[in-house]
Amino acid sequence: MTIVLILLLSAIRLTTPLLLAALGGLYSERSGVINIALEGLLLAGAFTAATVTHYSNNPWIGLAAAILAGMLVALIHGVACIKFKADQVVSGTAINILFLGVPALLSGALFESTGATPQLPRSQLMPYTPIFLAFALVPVTWYVLNRTPFGLRLRAVGENPEAADTAGVDVARVRFAAVMLSGALAAIGGAYLSIGQSSLFARNMSAGRGFIALAALIFGKWRPVQTMLACLLFGFAEALSIQMQGVSQVPVQFIQIVPYVLTIVVLAGFIGHSRAPRALGIPYQEKR
Amino acid sequence: MKTLRELLFPLAAVVAAFIVGGIVVLAVGDSPLSTYTLLIGSALTWPDGIGYTLFYATPLIFTGLAVAVAFRCGLLNIGAEGQLYAASFVTAWVGITCAGLPALLLVPLCFLAALVAGGFWGAVPGVLKARFGAHEVITTIMMNFIAVALASYFTQYHYKPQGDPILETVPIGEGAHIARLGRFVPGFPERIPLNLAFPLALVVCLLVYLFLWRTRWGYEIRATGANPAAAQYGGIATGRQIVLAMSISGALAGMVAVNEVLGYRYRYYDGFSSGYGFTGIAVALLGRNHPVGVILASLLFGALLRGGLFVDIFTEHVSKDLVMVLQGIIILFVASEALFRGLSRRRIKGV
Repeated sequence: MTIVLILLLSAIRLTTPLLLAALGGLYSERSGVINIALEGLLLAGAFTAATVTHYSNNPWIGLAAAILAGMLVALIHGVACIKFKADQVVSGTAINILFLGVPALLSGALFESTGATPQLPRSQLMPYTPIFLAFALVPVTWYVLNRTPFGLRLRAVGENPEAADTAGVDVARVRFAAVMLSGALAAIGGAYLSIGQSSLFARNMSAGRGFIALAALIFGKWRPVQTMLACLLFGFAEALSIQMQGVSQVPVQFIQIVPYVLTIVVLAGFIGHSRAPRALGIPYQEKR
Repeated sequence: MKTLRELLFPLAAVVAAFIVGGIVVLAVGDSPLSTYTLLIGSALTWPDGIGYTLFYATPLIFTGLAVAVAFRCGLLNIGAEGQLYAASFVTAWVGITCAGLPALLLVPLCFLAALVAGGFWGAVPGVLKARFGAHEVITTIMMNFIAVALASYFTQYHYKPQGDPILETVPIGEGAHIARLGRFVPGFPERIPLNLAFPLALVVCLLVYLFLWRTRWGYEIRATGANPAAAQYGGIATGRQIVLAMSISGALAGMVAVNEVLGYRYRYYDGFSSGYGFTGIAVALLGRNHPVGVILASLLFGALLRGGLFVDIFTEHVSKDLVMVLQGIIILFVASEALFRGLSRRRIKGV
């Protein structure tokens, strides 16, 4: 019984960064901008949160700084993709590579380390708030998307930007807002990795979670509740693989690949088709 | 004139990236000038600098070509990393299992294994795209993780030497080793791991050029990439071209195994690739998806990888992560081509 409880709690902890990043990705992608930069955004958030908390001794300031950093990094993605019509996947890849380097470079310079920040005391960690925030954001996101004018515009811009433009919606502005929102949420997920789950930033500490979040978003068909369920499933798989390490005969690698295999299966349409927003990945040229 | 402009734009992107990178270096507290002198200078010394630059450029030529061929078909292959891992493990597996064979048989067999494994790992996303419409970007990302996990599983549970603390396989048979260039080039020491995979890479560049621009299949791949609807209307089975392009792309990425497994480590080593597959995207973009451009861009990134090691050791604050930062910025600039076009247009208008 206790083992089940431990497993469930661990699953919820492991789901949190995935869910935050996936919800972030949801805003961006529903507006028509592919966001494979989630991995880089997680790292930017994680590094900023740990560093600012170290200097300010206050995790709230660390979290706020992380959100700001996430929005700034997302702004780069937005400027490249929305303003300069760069290929969204290429831009996202660039940001992922860039933010594998930037935190390591900065922490090396700031702390004379090989890419890690100093350990934070327990009192300066934020172990619970991001968890509640992540799960609370699911109904909020549903509401924003389906019941507010902003959500309507966001979906319109992602499905049919020409129509939205004709109806007077500023496509670029809505997309910028969505992408920056996406940066803010993913950065909270990153902050949870460094000042929630652990007590420092370590090189490449996101370890592919941005991509699992992306997988969950697709598995959840770009919808908030389904995406949460997918994140829980993947979080549970990770928790299981940690608990089973050294105990069971099943190699951990087999549990680790579950999210990736499932995503491929879903994308291929074997378990219900997952349909992307119609204008996803297509830069929009305003009619003048 | 056209060639000049083709060259000018990537050059501008690189210069812009170095300027932004210089600001980062300055912010971190070192001198950009001395850091760059060190970065480039240490990549150009003879024989070590140049030898290692070419050695690091070799896998990048393969992955750069891989990404470029897919690009020409209108596909973005983010999966070169997984394809090269799958190929490297299978190549090592063949090298271990058939260790007793003579070199004359074993080397071609291992090479074939690299092509088939890489090609297969590329073909799967190709089929998923052509048959089911699954976006290749997502499926290749997923296939990357699956390749690494499977290779790590087989290594850990079946091919690891007993008591070895590192996750690596037992060595491949000696017959599978390919020669280092030091054996043929006078004055070039054999301790430098630059091997026959490098001349192979140059030959493959030529072959890819001939394939894309001088064969019907190559033409059909490019037609599919340029305008799938028109290609289909013109009687080209675009689905088949997608699968073909992804298979070739995967096989090209798989050739990294020749350099790493047959020419350098003589075994499969978990996590050996420092993102060669992803750097391949930068290489292809900067090289304008052309084999010659791919060679030039690979040399640049090879030099950065080499020089980065020296920056790590000999500067006060900057680490080799600077190379990754430069890489990221270069891709961003190359991707945002409109930024530069916008600038030049504004200059013409005199605004």
